[in-house]
Amino acid sequence: MSPTLHQAPSQSLSQSLSQAGSGSLSQPVIAVENLGFSYGDNPVLVGVDLVIAAGEFLGLVGPNAGGKSTLLKLILGLLAPQTGRIRVLGRPPREARRQLGYVPQYPTFPRDFPISVEQVVLMGRLGLGSQLGWYRPADRVAVRAALAEVEALDLAPRRIGTLSGGQLQRVLLARALVGEPRILILDEPTANIDQRVEGDIFELLARLNARLTILVVSHDIAFISGYVKRVACLNRTLICHRTEAVDGDLLHRLYHADVRAVAHGH
Amino acid sequence: MSEFITALTDHAFLRTALLAGLLASIGCGVIGTYVVVKRIAFLAGGIAHSVLGGMGAALYFGFDPLLGALIAALVSALIIGGVRLAWSAQEDTLVGALWAIGMAVGILFIAKTPGYSTDLMSYLFGNILLVPQRDLWLMAGLDLALVLTVALFYRQFLAVSFDEEFARLRGVPVTFFYLLLLCLVAVTVVLLIQVVGLILVIALLTLPAAVAGHYVHSLGGMMVIATLLGIGFTSGGLALSYTPDLPAGPTIILLAGAVYVASAVLSGLLTRRRARRLAQRPVPAAMPAVGGILGPAGPNP
Repeated sequence: MSPTLHQAPSQSLSQSLSQAGSGSLSQPVIAVENLGFSYGDNPVLVGVDLVIAAGEFLGLVGPNAGGKSTLLKLILGLLAPQTGRIRVLGRPPREARRQLGYVPQYPTFPRDFPISVEQVVLMGRLGLGSQLGWYRPADRVAVRAALAEVEALDLAPRRIGTLSGGQLQRVLLARALVGEPRILILDEPTANIDQRVEGDIFELLARLNARLTILVVSHDIAFISGYVKRVACLNRTLICHRTEAVDGDLLHRLYHADVRAVAHGH
Repeated sequence: MSEFITALTDHAFLRTALLAGLLASIGCGVIGTYVVVKRIAFLAGGIAHSVLGGMGAALYFGFDPLLGALIAALVSALIIGGVRLAWSAQEDTLVGALWAIGMAVGILFIAKTPGYSTDLMSYLFGNILLVPQRDLWLMAGLDLALVLTVALFYRQFLAVSFDEEFARLRGVPVTFFYLLLLCLVAVTVVLLIQVVGLILVIALLTLPAAVAGHYVHSLGGMMVIATLLGIGFTSGGLALSYTPDLPAGPTIILLAGAVYVASAVLSGLLTRRRARRLAQRPVPAAMPAVGGILGPAGPNP
């Protein structure tokens, strides 16, 4: 009797220890299993498996029309998987949505919309607190903090249509951050801005990575490999590699063409 | 004009007409702003025209035509919204079809209504002078419903108008609020039919807000200015039409149209002048850093 009594607690202790261990860094915040998706007869994603751990900074690269944006839309729950399944923070994407901060590739709004930067960023507070009436003072405080974090506080009163590409990206990043996300998802955040600003934005993301898991899509594998911790290459199917493994052979397999790898240090 | 003001003190129907214009302006200012920024004028036109189906049916079956209009407007708003959500690829074709089908249904009902013939023109082009006193109460009630709904869900309507995808990601029920917005457009259409008729509705739903949009850059500001402009257009049109005995509806629309064209030209000129002044300004504050780097290399001694 007594050995079993002794064993039982020690077993549950080791169990709870391993659970606690997996609950910290190694627990996946995004788990994609055997995911398939097609638009009509055109398969975009086939058998995609991807696990992203808490605290990762993952770069998702691949050719145009390789399914990058589609994969993001599936993870965000804007599209539903046709085969396989996705778990975000252990739940279906639609239920985990509000824990995600999303920065789109192209602004999906008209540039001449009569709205200030502050109002745009305030929209990131939707879904927190009461749904009725106007924003609370706490929301405005959070907006100022988010704008300060992306170094764009001075833009708050500006009309959204008057911003440059780089300024707009910072504002969209603030809109994603102000909702207190656990995961930040960015679709080509630097597609429309010049390279110096691109570097600034990735420096900013690297700082944010201290508290957030980040998934960033880019077509520029050479550039992002200097910042991200891991690169996932997507062209209908997925091949995962560490940053160091990005070489000519991989690029060739991915793009079916010779791509000149640009060596650069950060 | 002074003749109009004298007439105003003499005739109760003119005061009722003025009040009807004022009540309609609240709807056209608040909801017209959404129609303009969300660019759904064509959908609003479809809703407005298919309302004739409901008015005709109400007339045929002996109900209040305004009640028929309200029901028809809400039904067609939901159908048009559903069409846009389900078959967005053929949206314009389907809205155009509903537009014509609604009118055809209405005209058939009106043709088969015994003893009826005269009022068709006032449905199509409105007659602000014939608004009955009790309809003012209905209009005030509809205004109250509009303003309360917009005030309660201002954030959601703003998010859905600005960026549907992001609103959805923040947990806003986008489909619900989109359909609710179209229902508010339907209610506004019914408000405005009293004043300018269903064919001219679309002008009052877009022009005041569009003029406001030339000068203010916030949704709330546009709503206030558009409401004031709407009051100006309806009262001004009514006054202008009085002495030469013109139909009030078209006069109101022409006044609104003239102000819109003038304002578009003016705001275009202002924008160009501002751009020219910006271009002439000396180096902006942010630039000296670049000048500092280039400076030593620039003028070669």
